[in-house]
Amino acid sequence: MTETFVYWGMDPDWAWFLATVAGILLIALPLMLAVAMVIYVDRKVWAAMALRRGPNVVGPFGLLQSFADGLKVFLQETIIPTAANKGLFLIAPIITFTVALMAWAVIPFNSGAVLANINVGLLYIFAISSLGVYGVVISGWASNSKYPFFSAMRASAQMISYEVSIGFIIVCVVLWANSFNLNAIVWAQKGHIFGLINGFAFNPLLFPVWVLFLISSLAETQRAPFDLTEAESELVAGYQTEYSSMSFALFWLGEYANVLLMCALNATLFFGGWLPPLDIGFLYLVPGWIWLFAKIFFFFLVFSWIKATVPRFRYDQLMRLGWKIFLPMSLIFVVIVSGFLMFTRYGA
Amino acid sequence: MVATEYLLGYLPILIFLGVALALSALFVFLPIGVSRITGSHRPDTAKLSEYESGFPAFESPRSQFDVRFYLVAILFIIFDLEAAFLFPWAVSLEFTGWPGWITMMVFLAELAIGFAYAWKKGALEWE
Repeated sequence: MTETFVYWGMDPDWAWFLATVAGILLIALPLMLAVAMVIYVDRKVWAAMALRRGPNVVGPFGLLQSFADGLKVFLQETIIPTAANKGLFLIAPIITFTVALMAWAVIPFNSGAVLANINVGLLYIFAISSLGVYGVVISGWASNSKYPFFSAMRASAQMISYEVSIGFIIVCVVLWANSFNLNAIVWAQKGHIFGLINGFAFNPLLFPVWVLFLISSLAETQRAPFDLTEAESELVAGYQTEYSSMSFALFWLGEYANVLLMCALNATLFFGGWLPPLDIGFLYLVPGWIWLFAKIFFFFLVFSWIKATVPRFRYDQLMRLGWKIFLPMSLIFVVIVSGFLMFTRYGA
Repeated sequence: MVATEYLLGYLPILIFLGVALALSALFVFLPIGVSRITGSHRPDTAKLSEYESGFPAFESPRSQFDVRFYLVAILFIIFDLEAAFLFPWAVSLEFTGWPGWITMMVFLAELAIGFAYAWKKGALEWE
């Protein structure tokens, strides 16, 4: 795109800047559109599993439901409680949404189609997703209300607990791919099994790691069965209780953007990202981003399937699963994977 | 210079931060202005009080909370640091070879002992 702008007679630096901003908008705006659509898909899937119809009034098949909701919250009054710390109260949704958008800067949509091809892409995602805790904690604290505060405590403890095991899982993938660059990780999965199947998940040593990652990503994004922070019967609406209007919607947008990010990570780290599922010539005729989006959508369906069918965990069960099962298991897999690679690849 | 070129790779992320901040600030502050124009902005005392199932709050919400949340945070710092040590090790195994691997295993074993101690002391119990 930079070349086109230069061709039109623009200064190269400005052309690069404009092309970058265009690339950013090309990620951020479709992402928001995708969030609106997956909220609709989510509601339709739950409805179908409960033998209900789901949204079906606004637009054909209720397709415009999310946009109607968006318009409604946009026109609502923003209520800032008198007891709240006003500055922090308004900053919290900004942090949540900004962080949810920014992680997408390093996701490769195709070979070379990545906004910032930095060599520590996976580390960047890990760092950015850790920052998500701040939005939750600040909103819970600034609301100065009981339920948001309890919810924020729970949510932050839950997120940091599962971040530990996600860190070790990432190490397993990085050990095998020998790089933190997400594009390099995708390339390392090409023809991984018998030179035919693309994806680390089909490797017997990495398959259990993927299962750990899938469950950890549910916990990290506070999706069911780990959605204790929004346990309606105990905590009303969790840390969003005091929010209204677009500030409330930003938490939802951020949450679903994070869910999509986790789906994208599942696809990129374990299922070959933008590579087709099988390493066969004619499958490469389909553009890479279509494969990636298909995989993201598949994982999103898995997420809503889980939400529709699995009952919610209790908080002590959640912490036990995180600290006593996932942490030791992911640590053991770091030892096993690195040991296996020492004997087969780096040994001698 | 090599370092400058290396840092230039992060410039799109900085610009992304600016765009994302602008977008989310717009989403937060625009409805505040719009609601004043459309007339939906009508605050009153009951609306602006904190939520407590419909009656006045009994106590300050910022009273006491469980000390175990601190404990989780401290354990998190230890294990996240451990992961931070693992990251550079994971991409340099081909250079460090067996000595590097064995050293890291000793380090992991030490942390495993600490983890077992915390487990035995009941730091991981939530009733």
